[in-house]
Amino acid sequence: MISPVHAWVLTRFRGNINIYMGNEPVSRSLASQNLLLRGATLKNTEYIYGVAIYTGMETKMALNYQSKSQKRSAVEKSMNAYLVVYLCILISKAVINTALKYVWQSDPNKDEPWYNEKTETERQRHILIRAFTDFLAFMVLFNYIIPVSMYVTVEMQKFLGSYFMMWDDEMFDEELGERAVVNTSDLNEELGQVEYVFTDKTGTLTENNMEFIECCVDGNVYVPHVICNGQVMPGAAGIDMIDTSPGPDAREHEELFFRALCLCHTVQVKEEETVDGIKHGIHQGKSSSFYISSSPDEVALVEGMKRLGFTYLRLRDGQMEILNREDEIERFELLEVLTFDSVRRRMSVIVRSSTGELYLFCKGADSSIFPRVISGKVEQVKARVEHNAVEGLRTLCVAYRPLSAEQYGQVCHLLTRAKLEFQDQDKLVAEAYDLIERDLILLGATAVEDRLQDKAADTIESLHKAGMKVWVLTGDKMETAAATCYASKLFRRSTQILELTTKRTEEQSLHDVLFELSRTVLRHYGGMPRDTSSGLSSEYTDYGLIIDGATLSAVMRPSQEESNSGNYKEIFLEICRNCSAVLCCRMAPLQKAQIVKMIKASKEHPITLAIGDGANDVSMILEAHVGIGIMGKEGRQAVRNSDYAIPKFKHLKKMLLVHGHYYYIRISELVQYFFYKNVCFIFPQFLYQFFCGFSQQPLYDTAYLTLYNISFTSLPILLYSLMEQHINIDILKKEPSLYRDITKNSLLTWPIFTYWTVLGIYDAIVMFFGAYFLFDNTTFTSNGQ
Amino acid sequence: MMASSYNAKEEDGPHSGSSTHGGTGVAKNKKPDNTAFKQQRLPAWQPILTAGTVLPAFFVIGLIFIPIGIGLYVTSNNIKEFEIDYTGLELGSPCHDCSKNFTWNSTTPCVCALNFTLEQPFESNVYMYYGLSNFYQNHRRYVKSRDDRQLNGDPTSLMSPSKECEPYRTSAETKEPIAPCGAIANSLFNDTLELYYIEPNGTTTAIPLAKKGIAWWTDKHVKFRNPVNDKENLTELFKGTAKPVNWRKPVYELDPSDPENNGFINEDFIVWMRTAALPTFRKLYRIIHKKPSTTSTLPSGRYTLKVTYSILYNSVKAHAVKGQDKAFI
Repeated sequence: MISPVHAWVLTRFRGNINIYMGNEPVSRSLASQNLLLRGATLKNTEYIYGVAIYTGMETKMALNYQSKSQKRSAVEKSMNAYLVVYLCILISKAVINTALKYVWQSDPNKDEPWYNEKTETERQRHILIRAFTDFLAFMVLFNYIIPVSMYVTVEMQKFLGSYFMMWDDEMFDEELGERAVVNTSDLNEELGQVEYVFTDKTGTLTENNMEFIECCVDGNVYVPHVICNGQVMPGAAGIDMIDTSPGPDAREHEELFFRALCLCHTVQVKEEETVDGIKHGIHQGKSSSFYISSSPDEVALVEGMKRLGFTYLRLRDGQMEILNREDEIERFELLEVLTFDSVRRRMSVIVRSSTGELYLFCKGADSSIFPRVISGKVEQVKARVEHNAVEGLRTLCVAYRPLSAEQYGQVCHLLTRAKLEFQDQDKLVAEAYDLIERDLILLGATAVEDRLQDKAADTIESLHKAGMKVWVLTGDKMETAAATCYASKLFRRSTQILELTTKRTEEQSLHDVLFELSRTVLRHYGGMPRDTSSGLSSEYTDYGLIIDGATLSAVMRPSQEESNSGNYKEIFLEICRNCSAVLCCRMAPLQKAQIVKMIKASKEHPITLAIGDGANDVSMILEAHVGIGIMGKEGRQAVRNSDYAIPKFKHLKKMLLVHGHYYYIRISELVQYFFYKNVCFIFPQFLYQFFCGFSQQPLYDTAYLTLYNISFTSLPILLYSLMEQHINIDILKKEPSLYRDITKNSLLTWPIFTYWTVLGIYDAIVMFFGAYFLFDNTTFTSNGQ
Repeated sequence: MMASSYNAKEEDGPHSGSSTHGGTGVAKNKKPDNTAFKQQRLPAWQPILTAGTVLPAFFVIGLIFIPIGIGLYVTSNNIKEFEIDYTGLELGSPCHDCSKNFTWNSTTPCVCALNFTLEQPFESNVYMYYGLSNFYQNHRRYVKSRDDRQLNGDPTSLMSPSKECEPYRTSAETKEPIAPCGAIANSLFNDTLELYYIEPNGTTTAIPLAKKGIAWWTDKHVKFRNPVNDKENLTELFKGTAKPVNWRKPVYELDPSDPENNGFINEDFIVWMRTAALPTFRKLYRIIHKKPSTTSTLPSGRYTLKVTYSILYNSVKAHAVKGQDKAFI
C-alpha cells in the first residue's frame, strides 16, 4: 500500500491505497495531506477512518533516533587518568617491595631466623611461585591506594548536588511555572568547563512569540498600535507617513492588502464558547476564541490584521468570513490553497469574492516574491523590507493577481492534472504552482517581530566575558539572524563581520574566500601566541563570522578531487577559533549537529554546550558535551533529550557561572582529596615494610583498613563537596571573568595532581617517622607498660 | 522582586492562559522553597588572611606553646635512663663467654654478672626493661604464628591449635599439641635478670623486683586465660600438651614462686606475646616499687646486674635498660 520514502525525508509522503468495492480494486493516491501525524487533533468531524502506518520502530522518530551516547565529563576522564597513574604506583610499590624482600632475605639468618621458621611446604615452594605470591600479597596490602570509594562518593556528590540546581529559586520561571530540570547528574561539573556555546535562535534567544509590528502598503507604513477604531493615524515612529487620504487607488490597494492577509493563511479559529458566542466574543476582543496555526507568524499576522480593523472570523462551508472595518461581514469563497513549502517559500490562495471576482493572493519571502512581480511599487517596498530585516524583523511580502474566469479554468486544469499524476506528482504540482504564481502585483510587506528573551543580551555578554564563544545556529535567513545577533549583543558595533555566504562564494571560489578570511583574521594575531589573543577580547578587534548552510556544507564536504579541499575544514576552524561570535544561518538540524561535532573534534577538544528548544535542536543537544533544553513553545522534545533543562535562556548564566563553577571546584577538590588521603593512608604502610622485613605485615588493623575509606574519610569531604562556596554567588554572577580561571580543567592538571600526591607522600612520611621517633624509646602508659 | 511578581500571577490564577486550577497547583508545587539551605545561602565564614591578622594569631599561638614546651622539656629531663648492654660480643665483656659457648639445649644456665655505678639516685618507681635489636617480632609469618583462642583458654584449641602455628604446632617427637603454640611463644624471652646493690661497706643486697603489673590489664584479664575445667591443678589442665621446643619448663611452671602467675596468664609471657612493631624494641621486665620511706628507690652507688642466659639471642643484640625513673608521676 505504501511506497516508502526514505525516513529522513520528513516532509514528504507518498503512497496509494487500493479500495476494494466488490472485486475491483480502486487505486487512489495518497500524499502528505492524507497523513495524520502524531499529535494531530480531530476537528470539524466526529470520526475518521484511518490506517496506522509507520508504527513502532518504523516511525520516523524511531528511525531518526540517534542513540544517546554515554556522556562523560572531563573530570571523569582525568579521574581515570589519575587512576591509571595510581595503579602504576601500586604496581611499582609492590614490585619494589618484592624485589627488596628477596634482597633482604638473601641472608638466611634474616630469611629464616631461629625464632621464626618456615613450614616444610613453604620451604619447598618454588622461588617463582613464592615471588609471585609475595607480589600479590603486596598488591593486596597496598590496594587501598586506589580510591574505590571515590566513585561512590563522586556519584553521591553529583546526585545530591544536582538538587541544588533544581531548588534554585532564581531558575524558576513564573510564567511557565517550571524550574530547572536535571536529567543527568553526571555532567554537573562540565557546566563549569564550557568553552563553546551553540544556541538556537528562535525560541531560545528569542521568545518565539511573534508580534505584528507593521505593514507597508506601497511604501506607506502602518503601525497597529497607533491605529484606533479603524482610523489610520499617522504613526509617531513611522518614517514614510501615509496621508490620511491616500487617494482612491492607494485606498483600494490598502484594503486589498488587508484582505489578502486575512485570507491568505492556513490559520484556524479555535472557539471556546458555543457557536452563538463567537461573533460577539471576537468582536469584543476577548480571548474567548483564538487562532491556531502551524506557523506562529501567521497567527501574528492575522492578529495584527484584527488590530488594523480586519478580523478573520472563520471558515465555514468553504467560505471565509471577514469582519471589515465597517463591521460588515465579507464572504470569500475559498477555491484553492497553494500550500506553503520551504522550496517555494510562499503560499497562495485563490478566492472568489462575493461580487464574483477571482483573486490570487500570494504571500511569501521577499526573495521568492519579487522576481514574480510585474507591477507595484517594488522599490519602496523593497527598501522597507530591507530596513525591517536589518531591524531584526521577520518580513513577508504580499502580492495579488486578479484572475479571469478562463485563467481560473486553466489553473484548475493544471492543478487537477498534477494531482492525479502519481509518478511525478510533486514535481508537477510544483510546476503548476510555478505557472500560477506569476505576473503578480505587489501590494506590500509585513514585519513581524520575534522578541528577544528577557536578559538574553545580558546573558550573552556575560558568557562572552566568561571567555565562552557563542555560536548562533539558526534556520532563519541571514539578515534577520544577524539583526538578532546585534540586538542580543552577540555582535557589537565594533565587531568586524566576516561573511562566508553563498553570495560571496558565487563571486569568488570558496577557496579564495576562505584564504582571504583566514588571512584577515590571522594578520591581526600575526606575531603573538593565541593564548594572549584570546585572553582579553575587548582590547582587540572582535571578529564575527557569518556563514550559511550551503557554504558550510561546501566547507564540510570531504575532499573529492583536489587534495587541498580537505584543508578547508582546517582553515574554517582556524577562522572560527579567532572569532568571538559565529552566526550560522539557514541551517538544517543535522548541520547543527555536524558543526558541534566538528568543533568537538578540533584539536583542542573544547567542551561544547548546545542549547535549544525545539525538536530540530535535538541532534545538536545530543551531540554536544552538555545539552540544555529550553522549555519552550515547540514541545518537550528538546527538554527530554537534554541533560539539563531550564525555563528561559537567561537562566543559562546562573547555571554556568554559578552552578557550573561551584560544581567544578567542588568535584575537583573532592577528587584530589581522595587521591591525597589514600596516599597519606597507604604510604606509611609501604614505609613500614622496610621495618618488618618486607613480610606484608599490615601497619593498620583490618577494621581501620576497611572503615578508613568508607566512613572515616568520605563523609566530611562529601559534605564539603556539597556545600563549598569559595566565592559568593553574587560575586560570581557579577564577575563572569572568574569563569576563565577554571576553564580547560585547570584544577585537575597534572602539576596540581602531582602537588597533591607529593603532599600526601610528605604527610605520610611525617606521620610515619613522627610516630616512629616519638615511640621509639618511650612507653604508652604511665605505669611503664 | 520575583516573589512579588509571582503573587501577582497567583491572583489572576485561572485567567492566565489555558492552565486550569490543577495547572497552577502544579506550578505552585514546582516553585522551589526559598530556604537558606536550598538556595545555598547558609551562613558561611571564610577567613581572609592578611598580614594584620595572621601575624598576631601566629605569635599568640606561639606564646601559648612556649610554656607547654617548657613543661614537656622539664618533665622529659627528669626521666633518668640507664642502659647496660650485656650481649657480650666484645671480648672484655663479662658475658662474652656465655654468648660464645652457650647453646640453647645446654643443661646448665650460664650466669654472668655486670657491675655498674649509678651516679645519681633514682627516685619514685623504677621500671626495668629488656631490649632487643634486630629481632623481627613484626615479621608477618611471626606475627601470625599464634592461636588467640588457645591463649584465651579454649579447650578444643588447646588440644588442636590453629594451623597458623606451623611449624610450632605439634612437637616433633610426641606429636602432642604445643601449648602455647606458635613462633612467638616459642621464642619467649627467658633471660633472668637480677639486680644487686653493693653497699659502701661491701655487703650485697638483692633489690626486690615486682613481677606483677607489667602486662596490660585487658591482656591479663580478658585476652589471656588459662583453660578452665573441673581440674584445679594447672599441671592436669595442660596434660596431653607439649611445651614449646625452645622452652626449658612447661607453661604451667613459668613462675615457680607464684602459682597465680602461671600458665597463659604469666605476665612475662603476656608481655612477650604483645608483639613489637619495630625490630628494635623494649619490653617491660620488672618494676622496682618506691620505698615507703624517704630513701631513694635506687640510691646512687654500685650495682651488679646478674644475667642468667637461658636462650641464645645470638644474632640478636640484647640489652637491659636499667630503670626509667618517673619522679614526676
